[in-house]
Amino acid sequence: MTDNVQAILEQGLAQLAATHDPQELENVKAHYVGKQGTINALLKQLATLPPEEKKTFGATVNQAKQAFEAALNARREALAAEKLAAQLAAEALDITLPGRSNPQGGLHPVTLVQQRIETLFASLGFEVADGPEIETDFHNFEALNIPKDHPARAMQDTFYVEGSTPEAPLVLRTHTSPIQVRYMLDNAPPIKIVAPGRVYRVDSDATHSPMFHQMEGLWVDENVSFADLKSVLIDFLRKFFEQDDLQVRFRPSFFPFTEPSAEIDVLGKRGWLEVGGCGMVHPNVLKNVGIDSEKHTGFAFGIGLDRFAMLYYGVNDLRLFFENDLGFLEQFR
Amino acid sequence: MQFSEQWLRTWVNPALDSEALAHLLTMAGLEVEENDPAAPAFTQVIVAEVLTVQKHPDADRLNVCTVNVGEAAPLQIVCGAPNVVAGAKVPCARVGALLPGDFAIKQAKVRGIESAGMLCSAKELGISDEASGLLILPADAPVGQSIRDYLKLDDRLFTLKLTPNRADCLSIRGIAREVAALTGAELKPVEIKTVPATHGDTRAVTLAASDACPRYAGRIVRNVNQAVATPDWMKQRLERSGVRAISAIVDITNYVLLELGQPMHAFDLAKLNGGISARFAKTGETIKLLNDKELALEADMLVIADEAGPVALAGIMGGAESAVEAGCKDIFLESAFFAPAVIAGKARRIGFGSDSSHRFERGVDFANCVAALERATQLVLDICGGEAGPINEASAKLPARKPVALRVSRVAKVLGVQLSADEILDLLRGLGLPCEIAGDVITVTPPSFRFDLEIEEDLIEEVARLFGYDNVPVQPSETRLFMLPQPGHRRGKAVLRDLMVSRDYQEAVTYAFVEEQWEADYAGNSTPVRLINPIASQMSVMRSTLFGGLLNALQHNINRKHERVRLFEIGRIFNSTAADQQPEKIAGLAWGSRFEEQWGASKDKIDFFDIKGDVEALLAPRVAEYRRASHPALHPGRSAEVVLDGKVIGVVGELHPRWVQANDLGSAPVLFELELAALTTIATISAQPVSKFQPVRRDLALVADETLPAETLLRALSSLNHPLVTGIKLFDVYRGKGVAEGRKSLAFKVLLQDTQKTLTEEDVDAAIAGLIRKAEECGATLRV
Repeated sequence: MTDNVQAILEQGLAQLAATHDPQELENVKAHYVGKQGTINALLKQLATLPPEEKKTFGATVNQAKQAFEAALNARREALAAEKLAAQLAAEALDITLPGRSNPQGGLHPVTLVQQRIETLFASLGFEVADGPEIETDFHNFEALNIPKDHPARAMQDTFYVEGSTPEAPLVLRTHTSPIQVRYMLDNAPPIKIVAPGRVYRVDSDATHSPMFHQMEGLWVDENVSFADLKSVLIDFLRKFFEQDDLQVRFRPSFFPFTEPSAEIDVLGKRGWLEVGGCGMVHPNVLKNVGIDSEKHTGFAFGIGLDRFAMLYYGVNDLRLFFENDLGFLEQFR
Repeated sequence: MQFSEQWLRTWVNPALDSEALAHLLTMAGLEVEENDPAAPAFTQVIVAEVLTVQKHPDADRLNVCTVNVGEAAPLQIVCGAPNVVAGAKVPCARVGALLPGDFAIKQAKVRGIESAGMLCSAKELGISDEASGLLILPADAPVGQSIRDYLKLDDRLFTLKLTPNRADCLSIRGIAREVAALTGAELKPVEIKTVPATHGDTRAVTLAASDACPRYAGRIVRNVNQAVATPDWMKQRLERSGVRAISAIVDITNYVLLELGQPMHAFDLAKLNGGISARFAKTGETIKLLNDKELALEADMLVIADEAGPVALAGIMGGAESAVEAGCKDIFLESAFFAPAVIAGKARRIGFGSDSSHRFERGVDFANCVAALERATQLVLDICGGEAGPINEASAKLPARKPVALRVSRVAKVLGVQLSADEILDLLRGLGLPCEIAGDVITVTPPSFRFDLEIEEDLIEEVARLFGYDNVPVQPSETRLFMLPQPGHRRGKAVLRDLMVSRDYQEAVTYAFVEEQWEADYAGNSTPVRLINPIASQMSVMRSTLFGGLLNALQHNINRKHERVRLFEIGRIFNSTAADQQPEKIAGLAWGSRFEEQWGASKDKIDFFDIKGDVEALLAPRVAEYRRASHPALHPGRSAEVVLDGKVIGVVGELHPRWVQANDLGSAPVLFELELAALTTIATISAQPVSKFQPVRRDLALVADETLPAETLLRALSSLNHPLVTGIKLFDVYRGKGVAEGRKSLAFKVLLQDTQKTLTEEDVDAAIAGLIRKAEECGATLRV
């Protein structure tokens, strides 16, 4: 009889193992351990047995029932895992397909360089200033100590705007220096500004654009000297070009609005390269904006942002900056 | 200013090689732009004398020559030059010589005849383009001497890029003075002899405009031989200074100009009628100048006139009538000083200048007129012969040389370098500046050759230059520290730019001057700010909108086969010329598909609402009002004015189909343009308490006439201002089954929340009922 229990159990376990469908599994369960199940039927025989056999046979059947139920549960879990695995397999993606997205745009290289320089000077406490692009003769020339007959004022060099009168000519600003004039008229020293912007000159060829970008810098305080000018600009150029040993030289030059004046050269792979002009603010300029040049001194510098962008990014044609060709612009993302 | 290094070294000869000299000048502010050899490198070319010339037996065009090179035995050389003759002195490249272009001279057989070298043309030596025959040397050229030495070919041509304040360096003497000051090398004194008069003829000189011409010296030289050749040494120096030799008299005046910096002029005495006057031109006067240009003179033009009228445009160019030409026997030499302010600007006005005007407008040494005249006379007599008359010099009030005070302490303040009074005095005196010192103050009297020393800073600059900019120490500045303000209610352009970039726009930079037609088409602007002197007609007016530039850039990129273009620009526009009428704008343009072409997104084109979304993002957290408006660039049914706080701050819309077609764009771009100032100010944030109670969402579908703008309905709902309603958002628009023709259903999500308690059904219903009443007031009904 015990052998019979064992046989039923083995048959049941074999049937569980052979079942792959959860519903069928429940049928197998009912067949063996349901109310009318074969294992439960064995328990009904118990009553017919002599008392001494009752105990051992009962234990044997219960063990078989437990073994079957354990196997049943294991089989259920296995089937659930199989089902999940099948679902996951079915849901698998080609994860190498590109992500769904819109790309980012990008900034113009001149803007990138401008922001870079603004940030460098902000770290020294220089504020960003701005001004109009149609300027008065006073702000663009006269206040800057540029005499009436200076060649820069000629129609061959400067754009004049309708509405000009001989007494009050209006020009497209030829440099960012009028911004320093406006700022000094409105603010008292100490003054520390950089002034980026578009400027205009009657010039158009492979290396000149009639509109281009400059950045002006100005520091006016009680004891700003030529030595300060050198140290700030050398620091700036080395940080900008990320080259601690960059050779910088200051070459005497002449601008009506600074004295002493200098051209700034950096040593590149092919020799000295002019990158800007600078100097100590001319006392006439300070006088024109109502600053006491006995008490206050200052330096100013001007650089070409387009030129800096060309050097920084290795661009060899200025005109690319104004064509707005996406093939060019998208390189600066 | 171009000059020969060797010429300079005859005046001052510092122990510096050519490169070091160039560097010295550059670093002193006399920028050496070019420094080129006078002749290319070559070796073993000597002066030779052709002894005999015989036809080559086997070649018609060749000659077999014997040539004396200063050795016992002459050389046999085969020569193909047509001008080879016995007795000529010519350059000879010996066997072993290396000519320009790495051309090595070897012992060779030419058509069977041995040839021991080559006789050379100027071109073969690289010193001129003359290739028609051998370079024939003067008969007295010493046989055997290196041709480089004989022709002084080991010279270099310096070109200075002088700043306009340094007119004193527009001569060999001026540059020499500077070099001497910079190096301490000896400046050879100028030897100018007074030429005694051998006759008494003069012309009267009147200074009729004595402020404009305060000094005029003239002299008659009779019986000059105009036809004589300019000596080679003078020709060479002129040519190496970039001045073409013309004729002896003209060359002499040019030579003195280069040497001493004094522009000179020679008149044909026979063509001068009576006395000379320096005066302003009279109305109606004309003059034909040396360059054959006929000029109508203006009242502010200074002329040299004789009794018949103008004979020269003073300081700029002589007249053609009185020019020294072949056959001229007697000359009148002029050496004058014209005030810079009178000459300045005139060359530009008439469209041409000269070496003279270049100098006079910057300032010429007014103490040098007579000396230069003596120097020129001497050269005329030496070269052309003749008899000099007395110098007739008229002088009036010459430029004042106001002493300039320089404080030793101010030098330290401006330069940041402590220099002693003695150090400063040494530097200034080295430059030939007369100085006196009293305490802290050095007083400098500017010499007659310096026109750029008027204020203290001019002298500080000289000190800095001579001390050397390189020698000014570099150490980090010591300063008073102030932080930059960071106003919380401002956001910078950089933030807006980044926002545009994150929304897939590429920044563009377009010209601020545009085609006039763009202004008419895209801004309806018939009175744009116009340029008086535009560089081209398509850049003739100032823009009042950024649209033109962006559309032009779109066109450019469509031509380059781009299928999707999204650009933005921040820049000024020009409503008028007033400083406050040039506001900055931000504008964007999008064209093509909404998404970059990809496998997982729709290929739909962008539409109005994509770009309106970008505008909303720029303005967020503020919400603008959008009003239908007509804009010349935009589709009237698909564009809106953007209104913030009751003020129109810009537009957004699809490009008008007219311009889509005219520009052949295929599909319409959507554009926007906003005032930058409206975007850079934002509300400062003040935090509110967060409710602990659950929010409730109710959806409200309202049916309204097609013509009712959604925003009107939304604003009506918002106007309820119910304290429990925390948000109303439109989330669907439906037309079709269940909604009557000509009507639409707008679905709103309504969020309700109380900060104090959990909402009851009654609270919510009351609020919703209020909203429905508001909707009904503008003609909408609850969809059932």
